[in-house]
Amino acid sequence: MGIVFGTVIGVLPGLGGPNGVALLLPITFSMEPTSAIIFVSCIYWGALFGGAITSILFNIPGESWSVATTFDGHPMARDGEAGKALTTAFTSSFVGALMAVAMITFFASFLADVATKFGPPEIFAIQLLTFASIIGLGGSNAFKSLASALIGFGLAAVGIDIVTGEFRLTFGTLELARGFNFIVAVIGLFGIGDILVSVEEGLRFIGVARARVRLREVFSTWRELLGHWRVFLFGSFVGFWMGFKPGGATAASFMAYGFARRFSKNPERMGKGAIEGIIAPESAAHSAGVSALLPMLVLGIPGSATAAVILGGLLIWGLQPGPLLFTEKPEFVWGLIASMYSGNVIGVVIVLTCVPLFAAILRIPFAILTPLIVVICIIGAYAPSSSMVDVWYMLGFGFVGYIFKRLDYPLAPMVLALVLGDMAETALRQSLIMSRGSVAIFFDRPISGTIMVAAIALFLLPAIGMIRRRIGRGSPAGPAIPRGD
Amino acid sequence: MRVAEIITAAVLCAIGFALTAESWSLGSGWGKAGPEAGFFPFWLGVLLSLTAITLFVQATLSRDRGKPFLEREQLVRVAKVAIPTVAAVALIQVIGLYFATALYLTGYMRWIGRHSWSLVLAVGLGTPLLTFALFEIWFLTPMRKGPIEIWLGF
Repeated sequence: MGIVFGTVIGVLPGLGGPNGVALLLPITFSMEPTSAIIFVSCIYWGALFGGAITSILFNIPGESWSVATTFDGHPMARDGEAGKALTTAFTSSFVGALMAVAMITFFASFLADVATKFGPPEIFAIQLLTFASIIGLGGSNAFKSLASALIGFGLAAVGIDIVTGEFRLTFGTLELARGFNFIVAVIGLFGIGDILVSVEEGLRFIGVARARVRLREVFSTWRELLGHWRVFLFGSFVGFWMGFKPGGATAASFMAYGFARRFSKNPERMGKGAIEGIIAPESAAHSAGVSALLPMLVLGIPGSATAAVILGGLLIWGLQPGPLLFTEKPEFVWGLIASMYSGNVIGVVIVLTCVPLFAAILRIPFAILTPLIVVICIIGAYAPSSSMVDVWYMLGFGFVGYIFKRLDYPLAPMVLALVLGDMAETALRQSLIMSRGSVAIFFDRPISGTIMVAAIALFLLPAIGMIRRRIGRGSPAGPAIPRGD
Repeated sequence: MRVAEIITAAVLCAIGFALTAESWSLGSGWGKAGPEAGFFPFWLGVLLSLTAITLFVQATLSRDRGKPFLEREQLVRVAKVAIPTVAAVALIQVIGLYFATALYLTGYMRWIGRHSWSLVLAVGLGTPLLTFALFEIWFLTPMRKGPIEIWLGF
């Protein structure tokens, strides 16, 4: 059921992983945590599969991580090979996900062991590293990423101070005392914001006439895919590695695409419907999507915006993510890992059979789809705390999201900061209490010291890039690293 | 585009100042039990102001005028979505979720989408009914009610 929801969400433009999960999160509050996480993670897998469908059939990436899939997927579909393209995409996602799950199964307990040695300074250092890597690898303008993250932290700080219990930053009003609910912010920023961006571009669905997947085509494609095992392996590995870092899936899919092009036997085919051009980004994106959940479970640090939303869900279900989750709630963790295996197997079967149905959804005219999405957003914002004020906040966030998108401010840092704000602040304050106000505590301890140095290096990365560009003026400035959101 | 960048940077800077000022009044230093409540937001505010000033300077210095933030045609398209949305939320505030969404959906599809009445009514009435069944009956999550729902006995 989660998979079906998720795939629909992945197909719909304006609804993506983070807001899809956010919309359906309220439904899970009445469930057992274990079944709730399985439901939510199935939505997540579904969204990962679904993103590929629109990219290939309509050249509209439903998700940011499927942008790279459009490069070769859509030309292939235009040549009448939509079935082959879709089969390749789904199979690659499936293989990528399975490999990542296998790696998780091996490394989860090991990482959890390491993580128990973490105190407040280490946690703060890791969070700093997370934001450093968003900002350092994040996109065109590092200052914009930084501003976005700081706004998110600021929003998280509004309301009751978690350490002293004082009201703060309420500017004398009672409405602000409750603080901002991250679900409301996410729905507004991504849901409403995306709708506004897409109408402005005059989005029209011009699809490829008929998309049917015949069983024979699936098998013949599979046989062809066997010859590209190296691309699979590589894509999955890139995805797994990048998944730990924020912005993961999107960056990973572009990176894998870039490598696949560099090492392709016939590079001139790339961009015109080469099969490697679908395998690499899809397996990487899916693998990254899976591994993004691992740091969330083990360290409480989400590797992607969607994982950040799931993290918020965990806290609402009353679970404290982190190393202790493995010892206190093993059934929950292993339930989730089991759902990764079964969810992906079920997922690949469902999406392969439902392709014609997905094409039908996109035939819904925009004037019907838009108000429906708006209504879903309103309900999603209202439901968590039955508050109309939240709906207005959601609208406000929608406009902010729209302006930020237009001006190329990345949204992922803001969402991440909104979710992690309280945790980062607590860790920082506890560390400072431990050290009686000395910042040196972050550098004295071996683990946190190493992480801090890495974080600072990442912060400085954009600056170094800028200087190098100044020196080598005229030469093209390195490959653009895509923004992850 | 450039003007929009400058305005955004100025607004961000103002938010930064507001954060700093508000935290300052809370006490942003070292209290009896460690850092005070305003400690973290204070530094956030300072950093945000600095970042915003940098962005402001960047935007002012950039010679690239580029295209305007919104073309006239784009503005019309965005307004066509944004204004009904705001109106819908205002309506929900007054008459409750179910009737407001029915009105919003039918209105939007009819006047902006220009779809046939039969389709408009099917989606416009079907969606609120489905929402009602899903939330009030299945998940037992009450939605915003207005006078009409109360009059109907919910």
